[in-house]
Amino acid sequence: MMMRRKMVLRVVSKLLIPFILLFALYVQWHGDFGPGGGFQAGVIFAAAFMLYGLIYGLGTLREALPSWVTRLVLSLGVLLYAGVGVVCLLLGGNFLDYDVLAHDPLHGQHYGIILVEFGVGLTVFAGIITIFCAFAGRAAADVNPHDPEETARAGDD
Amino acid sequence: MNVEIVTSDLLNVATLVIMGITGLAIARIRNLFAVVMLSGIYSLMGATLYVILDAVDVAFTEAAVGAGASTVLMIGTLALTSDREKATPNARAIKGLFVCTLIFAALVYGSIDMPLYGDPSAPVHNHVAPRYLGESMGEIGLPNVVTSVLASYRGYDTMGETFVIFTAAVGVLTLIGRARRKKGGKDGGSGS
Repeated sequence: MMMRRKMVLRVVSKLLIPFILLFALYVQWHGDFGPGGGFQAGVIFAAAFMLYGLIYGLGTLREALPSWVTRLVLSLGVLLYAGVGVVCLLLGGNFLDYDVLAHDPLHGQHYGIILVEFGVGLTVFAGIITIFCAFAGRAAADVNPHDPEETARAGDD
Repeated sequence: MNVEIVTSDLLNVATLVIMGITGLAIARIRNLFAVVMLSGIYSLMGATLYVILDAVDVAFTEAAVGAGASTVLMIGTLALTSDREKATPNARAIKGLFVCTLIFAALVYGSIDMPLYGDPSAPVHNHVAPRYLGESMGEIGLPNVVTSVLASYRGYDTMGETFVIFTAAVGVLTLIGRARRKKGGKDGGSGS
């Protein structure tokens, strides 16, 4: 899009994006020991991709992260969350009662919380990317009506 | 000790004053691009306030969502609509001022009954919070009690919130996700 030729932005974002992703993973997996958790991690992970999309254009973002992937991840997250609850039911506990997930209730709680937070992270990440691409795709179609190639790719979500 | 209290008071006052100024500027400015940027600053100051209140998890979320993601989404929306706000006729502005004053008065009246900040006898500190703080280490075993409450004690609520985000994304996809794929000269040709 319009920022394709901005050299400084491209170089700096290329340097920053891996660290943003790494930080998101840290927030995801250390949410039980420090501040953070699935929701924050999902947003930060999505922010890295949003930055990529802003600098390199929506088409490039969609090549790296096709819309079927975000749609799949979007539903996988809630399925994982609810699935942990159902597994608890099957193991004889209450819905989302993680005590039954392992022999030691404390371990069970820990497994349950990590899985559930991961589910939250997946859904939040995919949800934000989906909303961003929907809005930006619509805007790209408005700004650039005579470029059907870009419009088709950008609007494909 | 005394110096510490004064510093945190100063920080509180400064943050709130900046938030107030930002809010007034948002109400006054007609250029919506500036308004979006100011609302990002407002969220950032909100996050600072949460840090001062020791609510780091909330501050984290506010900074990431309020100042980060939603600012980008707002700019995306501006690209779809217009970046100038229409002027409101004076008669309507006065009606709006009246409604706002009324709601402000009601909120102030409601907050008179609320316990003071940090009051140890406030209901919020005597209901379930002592149990969470005292026993979550033995029951859940996580050092971050916020995560224990969020994901385990209140796991059902968090699942609801996750479904809300899922539903929001699906809603946006349904409404504007697939629009204008088969683009011709005409406007109405949405491809869903």
